[in-house]
Amino acid sequence: MSFKKLTVDELAKKVVNQENLFLLDVRNEDAFEDWKVESDSFEHLNKPYFDLMDGIEPIQDQIPEDQDVAVICAKGGSSEFVAEQLVDAGFDDVYSVEGGMKAWSEHLEPVKIGDLEGNGELYQFVRLGKGCLSYMVISDGEAAVIDATRMVDTFINFAEEKGAKIKYALDTHLHADHISGGRKIAEQTGATYYLPPKDAEELQFEYEPIEDGNEIQVGSSKIDVQALYSPGHTIGSTSFIVDEKYLMSGDILFVQSIGRPDLAGKAEDWVGDLRTTLYERYKELSDDLVVLPAHFSFKEELNNDGSVQEKLGVLFEKNDGLQVEDEDEFRKMVTENLPPQPNSHQKIRFTNMGKETPDEEEQREMEVGPNRCAVR
Amino acid sequence: MAEIKSDHILDAKGMACPMPIVKTKKEIESIEAGKVLLVEATDPGSKADIKAWAERAGHQYLGTNEEGDTLKHYIRKASEEEAEGETSFENVVNNDELKQKLSDGVATVIDVRESAEYAFGHIPGAKSIPLGELDSKIDELNNEDDIYVVCRTGNRSDLAAKKLSEKGYKNVTNVVPGMSEWDGDVEKA
Repeated sequence: MSFKKLTVDELAKKVVNQENLFLLDVRNEDAFEDWKVESDSFEHLNKPYFDLMDGIEPIQDQIPEDQDVAVICAKGGSSEFVAEQLVDAGFDDVYSVEGGMKAWSEHLEPVKIGDLEGNGELYQFVRLGKGCLSYMVISDGEAAVIDATRMVDTFINFAEEKGAKIKYALDTHLHADHISGGRKIAEQTGATYYLPPKDAEELQFEYEPIEDGNEIQVGSSKIDVQALYSPGHTIGSTSFIVDEKYLMSGDILFVQSIGRPDLAGKAEDWVGDLRTTLYERYKELSDDLVVLPAHFSFKEELNNDGSVQEKLGVLFEKNDGLQVEDEDEFRKMVTENLPPQPNSHQKIRFTNMGKETPDEEEQREMEVGPNRCAVR
Repeated sequence: MAEIKSDHILDAKGMACPMPIVKTKKEIESIEAGKVLLVEATDPGSKADIKAWAERAGHQYLGTNEEGDTLKHYIRKASEEEAEGETSFENVVNNDELKQKLSDGVATVIDVRESAEYAFGHIPGAKSIPLGELDSKIDELNNEDDIYVVCRTGNRSDLAAKKLSEKGYKNVTNVVPGMSEWDGDVEKA
């Protein structure tokens, strides 16, 4: 008997389908505390691998014998080591998660959001391990990617399978929690990379500015991607309204929370913009627009089909961040008692500006951890 | 930063988790208590793991220096003698009393821990003379000075204080517990 391997693809299916799994996380306690695989249907146990080097006695009693047990670590090495120990101790259904949390952080799960005008389709790419959400609009052989993560092959291959050519790569803002794939997609496919100009002042490479009122048309069926200037998380933050049905809100508005204004060190300057965007500009939009944010932070934000979306009207009733009538109270909420900033956020911003060019291994390390772009 | 002295070196460069810790655990079993092991690794995850592992195993994690892609982790093997913390030299002050003496500007502090321990944090102005080198460096000390001997827990400094006293130094005081609970200023290098 030996342990079996579990791919992050298979792990993602278990999360989305809410299957039961006993997940033994053998990273050290700080790392586990900071960030782990989130699922209500999983049972978790954290015990660092270095406590299990002489065998699994310290936790033998805590591991179920009649259930699948998967071991996960940072990169997939230590989990094999511990899985081996479990097999030696007589456990049968033991798995090691291939590539560990790093691979988990890179996994993207495509979910169809809906059909668009003509033959158009809209997909959401859920990065379960980190909470990033990217989008692809496909219509008549053309595609636009919005807020792409750095795993660009996933987007390029997906478009190819759908028989579409990526013509546009857009970012709603300059990201601080993850490395954008927009520039790389543009380089590899010949697509045009768009960024709001106010977030692009320090950009070191060619881009097309996208500003309030601009429209981009995808495919001959003319699906509109309409830009709406919505500053607050960053000074350039811009939302996109797709097909007059969907509102891609970037990091301004999430399902259960709102964006934080402090990641470029300008919380006090941007808090007013954030309030105006959420309480005035968004208020003027149709309640029927479906909000598609660039992140989720809590597993409760995942719908049963694995997507993250909610109608704007519902958010105006239920999202705590939209219920604060008093301006001072609002200011306090988004500038005080904020969660820790995302790991390496400054370095990630510089990478997205093209000022730093870390290699792939370094990029992975920079992105370890949760996104932490929200306050609630 | 000057080269930090170590007694043993383990090359774990190019190894992926869990191997740096597996090798470190094995290596440290073969070395003498109180000696300093340098583990050279390239796995960025080794930093947090070595620290956490060492603390649980009772060893002393001193610190990590980064040189290019190489992480240099310094660990000092646990010593049971020190853990017991028994001291017999009569002239003793606690950490707070030493702080007072330092602010009065009348104390000469001798740090008798290993130089790697000293390198990762010591009392500003303290002179480093590891216990093992005390015999050869004893002449560097001035008999007129008010000498305060410090180590991590008060045990090694106890031995050093006795030795200094035997050699005729009159104003010698042991600091207990010492650096393990020092909350005053520290400097590195």
